[in-house]
Amino acid sequence: MVGIAAWGAYAPRLRLSREAVTKANAWVAPNLRAKVKGERAMANWDEDALTMAVEAARDALGPGDDRTAVDALYFASTTAPFTDRLNAGIVAAALTLEKAVASADVTGSQRCGLTALGQALAAVQGGAAKRALVATGEHRRARAASSQELDNGDGAAAFVVTAEAGAAQFLGRGSITDDFVDHFRGADSEFDYAWEERWIRDEGIVKLVPPAIRQALEVAGLTSSDVTHFCFPSTFAGMAASLAKTVGIAPEAVRDNLALTLGEAGCAHGPLMLAHILEQARPGEVILVAQFGQGAEALVFRAGDDIASRRPARGVTGALSDRRVEDNYLKFLTFNGLIEWEKGMRAEKDNKTALTTLYRNQDMILGLVGGRCRETGVVQFPRTRISVAPNNPGVDTQEPYRFAERRASVLSYSADYLTFSMSPPNHYGMIVFEGGGRIMMDITDVEIGEVDSGLPVRMVFRVKDVDEKRGFVRYFWKAAPDRAAATAKSALAAE
Amino acid sequence: MAKGIRDKVAILGMGCSKFGERWDAGPDDLMVEAYVEAMADAGIEPSQLDAAWFSTHVDELGTGKGGTPLSIALRLPNIAVTRVENFCASGSEAFRGAVYAVAAGAADIAIAVGVEKLKDTGYGGLPVGAPGTLAPQIIPNGSAPGNFAQLASAYRAKHGVSREDLKRAIAHVSVKSHANGVKNPKAHLRKAVTEAQVLNAPMIAEPLGLFDCCGVSDGAAAAIVTTPEIAWAMGKKNLTMVKALQLSVSNGYESQYNGWDGSHFHTARIAAGKAYREAGIERPREQISMMEVHDCFSITELVTMEDLFISPEGQGWRDVLDGFYDADGGLPCQIDGGLKCFGHPIGASGLRMLYEMYLQLQGRAGERQLRDPVFGMTHNLGGAPASNVCSVAIIGQEGA
Repeated sequence: MVGIAAWGAYAPRLRLSREAVTKANAWVAPNLRAKVKGERAMANWDEDALTMAVEAARDALGPGDDRTAVDALYFASTTAPFTDRLNAGIVAAALTLEKAVASADVTGSQRCGLTALGQALAAVQGGAAKRALVATGEHRRARAASSQELDNGDGAAAFVVTAEAGAAQFLGRGSITDDFVDHFRGADSEFDYAWEERWIRDEGIVKLVPPAIRQALEVAGLTSSDVTHFCFPSTFAGMAASLAKTVGIAPEAVRDNLALTLGEAGCAHGPLMLAHILEQARPGEVILVAQFGQGAEALVFRAGDDIASRRPARGVTGALSDRRVEDNYLKFLTFNGLIEWEKGMRAEKDNKTALTTLYRNQDMILGLVGGRCRETGVVQFPRTRISVAPNNPGVDTQEPYRFAERRASVLSYSADYLTFSMSPPNHYGMIVFEGGGRIMMDITDVEIGEVDSGLPVRMVFRVKDVDEKRGFVRYFWKAAPDRAAATAKSALAAE
Repeated sequence: MAKGIRDKVAILGMGCSKFGERWDAGPDDLMVEAYVEAMADAGIEPSQLDAAWFSTHVDELGTGKGGTPLSIALRLPNIAVTRVENFCASGSEAFRGAVYAVAAGAADIAIAVGVEKLKDTGYGGLPVGAPGTLAPQIIPNGSAPGNFAQLASAYRAKHGVSREDLKRAIAHVSVKSHANGVKNPKAHLRKAVTEAQVLNAPMIAEPLGLFDCCGVSDGAAAAIVTTPEIAWAMGKKNLTMVKALQLSVSNGYESQYNGWDGSHFHTARIAAGKAYREAGIERPREQISMMEVHDCFSITELVTMEDLFISPEGQGWRDVLDGFYDADGGLPCQIDGGLKCFGHPIGASGLRMLYEMYLQLQGRAGERQLRDPVFGMTHNLGGAPASNVCSVAIIGQEGA
């Protein structure tokens, strides 16, 4: 039976305190005090919809780096870095998927995350794909002192869809398309333009979502009372409960929309709520997830017998617990390009990317693929024609060797206050990998004083630089503290 | 092994501009300043120069590429000018070219000139470079201090030295160089500092504070070399002879192979070992009279004391704190103030180091003259700990 074989999730570690935001804006927008509760996920300066989707996909795919079985990829976002460059192509390169993978960017509406999942399910159902990967990510920008700024959150979720649905069996889908413009963002606009909330609620959500839900349940051969878990993202208070009542879903089936812990992650939010419920559902339970956007998308699943064993290493649960509260609202504004700040002359360097160089070294740069000498077994980054092995520098003996999923640690480092950084001091150092190889690289998601020689780190896919002049985003891998491994290491040392 | 360069070439004259923030001078002016002094010292006419080697690193700042900037600034008589660049070791590279040309007999008299005009960037620190098309896509957004600072974390981890002890030791490196710089009229920074000032200075790249970093300076230096026979024929006495010239260049072992521990310079050890053999030096700690090392950052100087086999491995920080490298210590180091205080106009620095060793060997170092030096060593590094070029040169008294 077709369905979800595995899932994964990602939320940036930083959580912006809503109190910090409302306090800072109280002078101009005192009404925002109503949204003072909780925190929202806040992307680090080097994270975007795409990097977060890659992290969620890695969580879904698990620790192995053999991804040859994935034959279809759907990347969904309304905040993808490129309008005309296949964003899914970058995801595929980062995950070192086969070149023969079929891929698509799915976009244009807040429900496109579920649309992508629906398309993947249909592709597998129809035999067009055997193992489809769906990666959704969202990094929404909103004007300072807007309510969206408080409501939104950054995050990502991913699913592996196969004909053998170990985690959740796919039962039915309902789709409604109607050009109801609750908000829009023009092709050249930076921010959303939204209409009155009462109209959106009463004429939009209340009228357009129930038909999609009913359609999905009908296809599934179920009734609304069969639904154990109802996931519906909305920033309107009580919206999911009100919808549940309309369609006859039990009130206790309505699930937490993560508003207080993550905020709403746009098109990734339905997928995130689904991932969250998969981490809690018991075999046999029925899950209905729906999302609104120029109509609605609804998907129904039944939790499989293996669901507990398919839980990802991190998932939404892990993402929720890996957090650091950020009280500095100005940092949020800076990371999101909402204030002009003095970057200094060192930031004037031209970040033009040689596309020829990028393509020639694509697996190295986007996939963190190095080389391994077939004769000596010596592992190195980057891959070169002549091996680095000091006593046996073979010529043309290198085969590709993936570094991204390897455990690693810091050999040497510095926290640099001189160089330009979006989040100074810039940490970087020599990272050495278990099994061989080393790379001098940026270290991200760290606090001052946290890094020292020996710190365990893991690889994360991040924005390297932004070429503001030409609108190009450069990606590479960075080291981030492997806090689980660090805790285990210090526990061992204490024994 | 090759016979080496020992005693084949003599230094005929040297010159060095005042280093510092030379707002008044462009690269041409600086080159002329060093050249005029060197020519007067050598006592020769421009027509006697057979060939020139010219070193500059940051050509894009205005000095320019190729050999023409030197030839035009000095109005050289249309002789060969070779422009060399080897990061911060470029000056030593120019010297090597000139010395080898003389040793080969291809030139009777050759000149090496190094220059850098750094203070036309509009900001402090070194200019942000343009390292090609691949490196910017993968290397960290870093700086020179951030790269060299990494020596400290690796050194601490390897030798079990506490943060505080190491910070104090590198502070002493800078305190010593500032004390020496006071006595050098050509130095960029001529003010003594206290250990407390160094320890409490603003952080640049952890653990390096402001006073752990060398001066970013404008300047030029020049050397004129010939064979001992020609020098003697010109009536010169007590020649300063080239005893060793070695250069070791990283091949990716440090940055790509899991062998190097990050706490020292792989190349420096190779270059030093070869230089001692070339110069016939067996006990460097006793035989070397003085040295100018590449103290771009205090931690670099500290680990270099071990890489040059002067201090035992893991003990350099103790020798530093014991004052072994102070002006009145067992082996005075950076007697002219070093990169730290004399300054670091990149393309000139290797020649500047040799200039001080030459003055000392000639007994012309004024207030900072050491007693009866026999061998002076220079260590000139370019790049970063994980990937670099390292030059080690030894010059000494005739007959030593």
